[in-house]
Amino acid sequence: MSQKAGKKGEFHVVNHSVPRRDGRAKVTGKATYVSDVKLTGMAYAKVLRSPYAHAKILSIDASGAASRPGIYCVITGNDLEGLDPYYGHAVKDHPLLAIGKVRYVGEPVAAAVAVDERTAFEALEHIEVKYEELKAVLTPEDAIAKDAPLLHEKKFEAGALRGFEGEVAAGRGTNICQEAHIKWGDVEAAFKKAAAVVEGEYYFPMTYAYAMEAYVAIADVNDNGVTVYSSAQHPFMVRHDLKSIFNLPVSQVRLIVPFVGGGYGSKSYTKIEPLAAACSWKAKRPVKLQLTIEEAMLTTRSDDAYTWMRTAVNADGKIIARQARIYMNTGAYAENSPLVVEKSTNRCVGPYSIPNVQIDNCSFYTNTVPASSYRGFGCAQVTLPGESQIDELAAKIGKDPYEFRLANVAKPGEEFFPKMRSFDGTLKEDLDIAAKAIGWKEPLAKGRGRSVACSGSDAGAYPLTSTAVRVHADGSVTILTGSTELGQGSHTVIPQIAAEELGVPFENVHVVSSDTAITPYDRSTGASRTTTLMGSAVLEASREAIQQMVVMAADVLKVKVEQIQAIRGGVRCGEAQLNWSEVISKFYGLPDGEVIGRSYIRKSGKFAQLPVFWETACTGVEVSVDQETGKIAVEKLATVGDVGLAINPALAEGQDLGAATMGMGIGLFEELIYQGPQLMNGSILDYRLPRFSDLPKQVELHLVENQDGVGPYGAKGGGEASLNSMAANIANAVERAVGVRIRSAPLTPEKVWRALKERKQ
Amino acid sequence: MKLSFNLNGRPIEVEYEHQETLAEVLRERLNLTGTKISCEVQVCGACTVLIDGLPVSSCTLLAYEARERNVVTIEGLAKPDGALHPVQQAFIDEFAFQCGFCTPGMILAAKALLDENPKPSREEIVHYMDGNICRCTGYVPIVRAIQKAAQKLSNEK
Repeated sequence: MSQKAGKKGEFHVVNHSVPRRDGRAKVTGKATYVSDVKLTGMAYAKVLRSPYAHAKILSIDASGAASRPGIYCVITGNDLEGLDPYYGHAVKDHPLLAIGKVRYVGEPVAAAVAVDERTAFEALEHIEVKYEELKAVLTPEDAIAKDAPLLHEKKFEAGALRGFEGEVAAGRGTNICQEAHIKWGDVEAAFKKAAAVVEGEYYFPMTYAYAMEAYVAIADVNDNGVTVYSSAQHPFMVRHDLKSIFNLPVSQVRLIVPFVGGGYGSKSYTKIEPLAAACSWKAKRPVKLQLTIEEAMLTTRSDDAYTWMRTAVNADGKIIARQARIYMNTGAYAENSPLVVEKSTNRCVGPYSIPNVQIDNCSFYTNTVPASSYRGFGCAQVTLPGESQIDELAAKIGKDPYEFRLANVAKPGEEFFPKMRSFDGTLKEDLDIAAKAIGWKEPLAKGRGRSVACSGSDAGAYPLTSTAVRVHADGSVTILTGSTELGQGSHTVIPQIAAEELGVPFENVHVVSSDTAITPYDRSTGASRTTTLMGSAVLEASREAIQQMVVMAADVLKVKVEQIQAIRGGVRCGEAQLNWSEVISKFYGLPDGEVIGRSYIRKSGKFAQLPVFWETACTGVEVSVDQETGKIAVEKLATVGDVGLAINPALAEGQDLGAATMGMGIGLFEELIYQGPQLMNGSILDYRLPRFSDLPKQVELHLVENQDGVGPYGAKGGGEASLNSMAANIANAVERAVGVRIRSAPLTPEKVWRALKERKQ
Repeated sequence: MKLSFNLNGRPIEVEYEHQETLAEVLRERLNLTGTKISCEVQVCGACTVLIDGLPVSSCTLLAYEARERNVVTIEGLAKPDGALHPVQQAFIDEFAFQCGFCTPGMILAAKALLDENPKPSREEIVHYMDGNICRCTGYVPIVRAIQKAAQKLSNEK
């Protein structure tokens, strides 16, 4: 083994902010996204969507549309014989087109395939659908009512790839989609002997991740199998669904993902790929299905959450108990919400050391847009109540909320969550940095308030990842990786790790990514797992390539393997030195050929215990509140990413700022609003996103690098956690600024203004 | 119908139909896919191109409106020898993008700003760029990149 750099300060390539590998392509307009791809003979599909939240489909007559000039075919739920039309990695409840009934306004009912998009679009109004409207279920309260109609009548099996070990609750004759419960200690007894208790109800809204690139897929289904170009984060998970829909071997289903125009969880798991593939199957040609942003907003959202929570403290200021009941609204189909329920349950605790805990969580099917993953994955939903209550408790017992947190956060190495990996972060250090960055102890102007908050997520998803590192005869390197470049920087970080290990210039290491026919299996690109899991795989595969090249060098130099010493970028044997190019070329007798290093990561060894890592971050804000209008501005923002080691510090900081900005959006104005069964603000004209003018005047980004992660060189994931605490942070800071406690996000001017007015009365 | 205009410094003539937008002509007819389509209602700025030097949302502009005018897309910003425009280089240097979908429009809007106002203050940058949405970066690195490009451009003069 070569002399490996191990400590911060010793690295050649990692822990340096090398420029993005995709930089030139992205600033010159040459980066290819799925919407830029054209296949020979490609047709275009447009989707007819349900105008009803809940209705039986009595009949569909597509003949008027199908006979129009330029139309190749129209496909409806009646045309799917020969396919297994239901998909879902957690619960197989989602038909690729509505079959028999519709379950939300906007659900795909039919698709027209035509020579171009306009022709397809114009045909849609000639498809005649007769519906019989059913009573709709719009909220968890509706869903649980005694006379509530059932959204799903069938029984479902738990999907094999659901990502957690428990059973799914869906399909048991109720509208319950999933339940999760955790319990330890004796909560009732603890609340009885508490010195102080806070209790409240909180609401976290439905939000839309708003990737600038709407969902898009190009499918080509023919005798050779199914090929789909997609904007999917998890191509291998989509492959599994398509394999089952078309009853094909894995080897005949190919997902190709070029650059993705933003994901933030919203492009995880299967979305429109089955519909695009069914269109191609029926039209017998490649078909592009490009959604508009409005359609994308009818495809996925985050789960909104109603939380009742109480937290207790003893006379010494130690938190002794927390209890919560959460009702989540998961919409018409399960998607990834069962895992969101599981994760939000766990994430009610973190990252505090609490001896008595009981969390009961239940998600409900409703006749609304299906909810699924969203950056942070159920954590933001419960961190709003969790971190609000930390401040509320601190106020009640007269403690500084920052000091109160310091006294109660999980300690490094502590098993604060029974049977899970012990805590691998340093929250006291993180909080300290966040507090200093926003001037915690400094005097505050009138109408201003500060808050620091944190979150801890059991992150990394399931550890199943493989890779191949190909070292070529000229010493350059190609890495085959299933990790998708969503903008987070995987195309930069992954080659940094290989360049560090192999001792070759970063410029000579390139990535081929996310083509399931070529790149080895990687479960997903989400849950902040890529640096830790794919990074570890690339590190190990590089080392395996080196081992092979050491053996080859012994053969070339006609010495024993033990006499070969690996050095940076090559080998040494006595006086003789060979770089990798020389080893490979001499071994094969040609200046060509290659060595392939491989690695398979599974749930064993250092990855045996879940979570893969605790994703931890702190954020700090100073807000100003205009007491006349209720308008809030975030004046200062600090993020502290507890990332173990940043493989590329600029990228890691960029993730934290991006996540915090999304969290700020939810704290201030982002919310999908339903009026009855209709989504009222499903367009960018009505759904307010953070803009340049919303950015805080003072921003500080910090990384804490104690090399305490399980990933390469002590790295662990980041990029979600800075979102989670922002809504709570804003609510806490508003309380400190103007003395009103708001328990729901977003904190719109109207909400703040009303609270101020009520307080005066 | 035929449309003629100046595209990235060269005259061009292209077949089109009257209902086509400039973004469609660029992307579908001319295969210049650097111009991105996102909101399609002139709010997000992803489809920004420059017409006679001014930023325009090509997603809602009928192609006809570009006739006989000078259109610059992201593909036309680097020099023929491949040297990047200072705004492009600054976006790379300052990590001013992640997914890159807003980037072509963002860079062209920034170029228009600097052509008009070579030394913008932070407030002027924020005000001018407010019509371009980025969902990844949190904007701070974009502001930094524009400031850096402004510095570089003023040094070149």
